[in-house]
Amino acid sequence: MKKVFEKPKMLTDVPFHYCPGCSHGIVHRMVASAIDKLNAEKVIGVAPVGCAVFAYDYFNCDMQEAAHGRAPAVATGIKRTNPDAIVFAYQGDGDLASIGMAEIVHAAARSENITVIFINNAIYGMTGGQMAPTTMIGQKATTCQQGRSVELNGYPIHVSEMLAQLQGPCYIERVSTHDVKHVKQAEKAIDRAFRNQAEGKGFSLVEVLSSCPTNWGKNPLDAMKWVEEEMCKIYPLGVFKDTAKEEK
Amino acid sequence: MAKVTMNKALCKSCGLCVTACPKQIIKISTTDMNNKGYFVAEVIDMEKCIGCAFCATMCPDCVIEVEK
Repeated sequence: MKKVFEKPKMLTDVPFHYCPGCSHGIVHRMVASAIDKLNAEKVIGVAPVGCAVFAYDYFNCDMQEAAHGRAPAVATGIKRTNPDAIVFAYQGDGDLASIGMAEIVHAAARSENITVIFINNAIYGMTGGQMAPTTMIGQKATTCQQGRSVELNGYPIHVSEMLAQLQGPCYIERVSTHDVKHVKQAEKAIDRAFRNQAEGKGFSLVEVLSSCPTNWGKNPLDAMKWVEEEMCKIYPLGVFKDTAKEEK
Repeated sequence: MAKVTMNKALCKSCGLCVTACPKQIIKISTTDMNNKGYFVAEVIDMEKCIGCAFCATMCPDCVIEVEK
């Protein structure tokens, strides 16, 4: 018998601190196996502020903790001084889409040769379920208890669509983790994003729709169903920019 | 025949593997509890396992290893 599935080597033995059913674990595994496939000599990751703040404990490579939202800026510096290393930033929506909006837009516009994994669960997880820039209209959070209203809070930000307007990025895709089929598609997208960097093509971002059972007040299975039925409607899946295809 | 090994200490009883299994042979135990206090997922009929690794694909905590 041969092993068809095991924990990627790029993950350490430290158990994840995430809540039961949280998609962060699935995405960590996908990122680690994508890096495993590259056989890169040097890998440096940048951890965000948010639920994934302890990512430096989980990835079996050099990691740097960035100030809130500044992961793409830190990754830029690391990549420019270590051009041979594979550099990735792992960020949530409260990190990337609010305080870190300037950093991600400019890193994308400069087409820095880095890979950014963007976890979108439409809420601030670590701080206790406040409204995020990606919280959907009508969605309840602790800072909008009657649901997000357009009059008071404006509209959610669609990061992938927005960054795809820029000339800089090489590859932008939105994927989901709500069932096996979509996790497999997400794996392919993340593989692609890392391969782009290894081939020196430029900035790649994969937005992953994730569940946050605890702060949504749902059990893990209902949370996954909610991602499928509600989030995928507002945040359509697909490739938003792919310069490799455009050239053809 | 395929074999699924679960590292029970890491299981958080989320049940995502239970719904992912096409043969429906994974259940959350009602008696077996790990040190964290979660009832762990277990395979109830290993003979039926086809080694698709769907359970391991969905597991957020890398609990599952699959051999085929």
